[in-house]
Amino acid sequence: MARRVSPARICVSTAAAWLVGFAIFFPILWMVLASFKTELEAFSTPPSFLFFHWTLENYATVQQRSDYLQHAFNSVVVAGGSTLIAMLIAIPAAWSMAFAPSKRTKDTLLWMLSTKMMPPVGVLVPIYLLYRTFGLLDTLGGLVLVLCLGNLPIVVWMLFTYFKEIPKDILEAARMDGATVGRELIYVLTPMAVPGIASTLLLNVILAWNEAFWTLNLSSSEAAPLTVFIASYSSPEGLFWARLSAASTLAIAPILVLGWFSQRQLVRGLTFGAVK
Amino acid sequence: MTAETRALGRLLLGPAVALLFVWMIVPLAMTIYFSTLHYNLLNPGMEQFVGLENYIYFLTDPAFLASLYNTLVLVGSVLVLTIVLGTLIALLLDQVVVGRSIVRLMVIAPFFVMPTVSALVWKNLLMHPVSGLFAWIATSLGLTPIDWFANAPLVAIILIVAWQWLPFATLILLTALQSLDEEQREAAEMDGAGPFSSFLYVTLPHLARPITVVILIETIFLLTVFAEIFVTTGGGPGLATTNIAFLIYAQALIQYDVGSASAGGMVAVVIANIVAFFLVRIVGRNLEA
Amino acid sequence: MGRITLQGVRKAFGSHTVIHGADLDIADGSFVVFVGPSGCGKTTLLRLIAGLEDVTDGRILIDGSNVVGVAAAKRGLSMVFQSYALYPHMSVRGNIGFGLKMAGVARPEINRKVEAAAATLNLTPYLDRKPRELSGGQRQRVAIGRAIVREPKAFLFDEPLSNLDAALRVQMRLEITTLQKQLATTAIYVTHDQVEAMTMADRIVVLNAGRIEQFGSPLELYDRPDNLFVAGFIGSPRMNFIGKEMAKRYGAPTIGIRPEHLRAARDGEGWQGVVSVAEHLGSDTFLHVDVPEIGRLTARSVGELGLTTGDRVRLSPDPARIHRFDADGRAIRS
Repeated sequence: MARRVSPARICVSTAAAWLVGFAIFFPILWMVLASFKTELEAFSTPPSFLFFHWTLENYATVQQRSDYLQHAFNSVVVAGGSTLIAMLIAIPAAWSMAFAPSKRTKDTLLWMLSTKMMPPVGVLVPIYLLYRTFGLLDTLGGLVLVLCLGNLPIVVWMLFTYFKEIPKDILEAARMDGATVGRELIYVLTPMAVPGIASTLLLNVILAWNEAFWTLNLSSSEAAPLTVFIASYSSPEGLFWARLSAASTLAIAPILVLGWFSQRQLVRGLTFGAVK
Repeated sequence: MTAETRALGRLLLGPAVALLFVWMIVPLAMTIYFSTLHYNLLNPGMEQFVGLENYIYFLTDPAFLASLYNTLVLVGSVLVLTIVLGTLIALLLDQVVVGRSIVRLMVIAPFFVMPTVSALVWKNLLMHPVSGLFAWIATSLGLTPIDWFANAPLVAIILIVAWQWLPFATLILLTALQSLDEEQREAAEMDGAGPFSSFLYVTLPHLARPITVVILIETIFLLTVFAEIFVTTGGGPGLATTNIAFLIYAQALIQYDVGSASAGGMVAVVIANIVAFFLVRIVGRNLEA
Repeated sequence: MGRITLQGVRKAFGSHTVIHGADLDIADGSFVVFVGPSGCGKTTLLRLIAGLEDVTDGRILIDGSNVVGVAAAKRGLSMVFQSYALYPHMSVRGNIGFGLKMAGVARPEINRKVEAAAATLNLTPYLDRKPRELSGGQRQRVAIGRAIVREPKAFLFDEPLSNLDAALRVQMRLEITTLQKQLATTAIYVTHDQVEAMTMADRIVVLNAGRIEQFGSPLELYDRPDNLFVAGFIGSPRMNFIGKEMAKRYGAPTIGIRPEHLRAARDGEGWQGVVSVAEHLGSDTFLHVDVPEIGRLTARSVGELGLTTGDRVRLSPDPARIHRFDADGRAIRS
């Protein structure tokens, strides 16, 4: 990066980049602004950009509706639960593939990847019917299960790519130092893999939080997470823009923050290590 | 590696493989089985084997051709939009930009917005024919506002989905650009390449692989766009925004026609597998290195 | 105690055999170097002794007891890796003490031993640093510290110096040898560098394509190589091999003569040739000479002869230093 760039060029590229960034971000910003407007102002033409009567009443309304908190809670349970269970299954599997590979390891990995490629509509009917039969429709357990299995390939893959970067020598050194496999995992592998485990966790919470195929199809009220709750605003009678904006802002804010932290890992997670 | 380690490895890999196997095989087998039955949830107990009739019915249904067309237009347009714009934005962000990390945050933000939220925000706050921001901009410029969801519903869906996937393409292409060896670019400069030919002969070939990856991964996801259609148009007006995923959903959970929805599901699986085949090959090659 | 015996040790990965039956007896306290070109199986052999790989066949005895099937952790050996393999999340103190901690040694005892090891290795000021804050040489020392602190039966070194620059390599070479003599602990050291092998070893094992070619002291290998491979591998510049008519005169299909045993002069007796390249090292001169009917020979002369490219030169071999080899490449001893 030692090359010289003229100040004029920096100005132009900076201005252009900020303009583009702002344009892409604008719909989100606009939504956040609308959430602080009254319903009337949210609808008004010409729209008011900053000089409107700022109010928190939409947030109050949203919070007062007890079902909002219920749906938010569902989202937390579904996203967190499915991710944690997936991690518990995936960490040993990724350890195995990274440090005790066999001839079939590569095929296994690619096969796992291919399960993720299967379009969910392809199995919508049987899953729906199985869920109906076993009483899993509109239950948190059912959603946790389907999202856990749906994301398991990504979790295994991400952890595998992180583990793969840990030199095998170090684990062997621990073995030479007299550590058993269990202690090797606890004292050496896990502390070294913490950043990778954390970003895998983060990305999968995000993916599960935003998942909107299974949640829309397998839950309606009791277990419905925020994706489904927000979708209920699409009905004509639900057209309260300011309130919709407030609910949406609350629904995406935590994940946006998490996403910003995990942006570098995102590439790796979503391309299965094909782009680093 | 010792036999002990190897045995332990197999033991620890077991649960993940077993679960995924069940998760993939059981429903898939059921889909195949259902697809050969005349089976409607409204008439339980009336199932009978009909062979390939469901496939014939599904594939010759005008709705299938319409939804196939919509699916292809949606996937194709979003791919072109995200890759062309994504490349340009990635090139821009690869320049010296003051506050690049903040711009980066703004650019990737849409990816973290849940699909139902982005669809509703675009439908109402931006694309509403009377009170939407776009309508106001059009009016201010002396144009007639477009009633997006009445007159150009598929375009509206394409815009929403492209906005959601633009960050993905940008982020991956930017990552790839930043891994481009500075020395390689300097070598091109020493060889007398101008900015344009340097882009053409050094940068673009370097981006070929990440672009392929973006195409494949986006295709997988775009083939089954669902929530955006579900909350905005419900597949309409008519069949104007019904893609294959939505058609299957409608047949299964609105018309309760399990048999033909399953046949449709298999068609979707086959289409996705064609794409997946190429993706798996690329990733597999990368695994060797 | 640390006597290590290999009996018919064989290792195959699938159908590919990497070690074809190795027999070796390494005496307690000796410094043994495994040397050979890359892919000769020297690292695999070390890993078999360490217990990081299973043997396919044969027995490995440590102090008389068979350790085949015993986990690496339980063999009482310690190893220094090529990459050092330090634990990046632990301080130098943590790295050196990890083995003792795993063995359940009490804290004060660990501290005492770690500090003693650190003092020996001049690491005391760095005890609380992380490996990434150390230079290559210091990391190397930490890796050695980790190995010695456990007072193992034997040290295993896997090309430990290959990541260091030339000057540091010479220094560490000396330090490792000195330390090993001080501790009098058996050491097995793998390298592809024959200079390291010659300077450090009490005894050298030359490996080629998974077979032990010769096991002997450095001077034995230099003076009496068992075969063409060892003759060519040990010594720098490489031994000259001469075949055809000229060799027949000495009664062997192939003869070998080291460059330092080939006297070069402007005139007098010997084979006549033309200097192709002269490499002047100051203390020595390496002459690459084209000799008609023999080919290219290398001669090493002490000092400066003032010969350059194109000059005519006479080369006369020291008759006592000619090595003769039979058709199978084995040395003919008379």
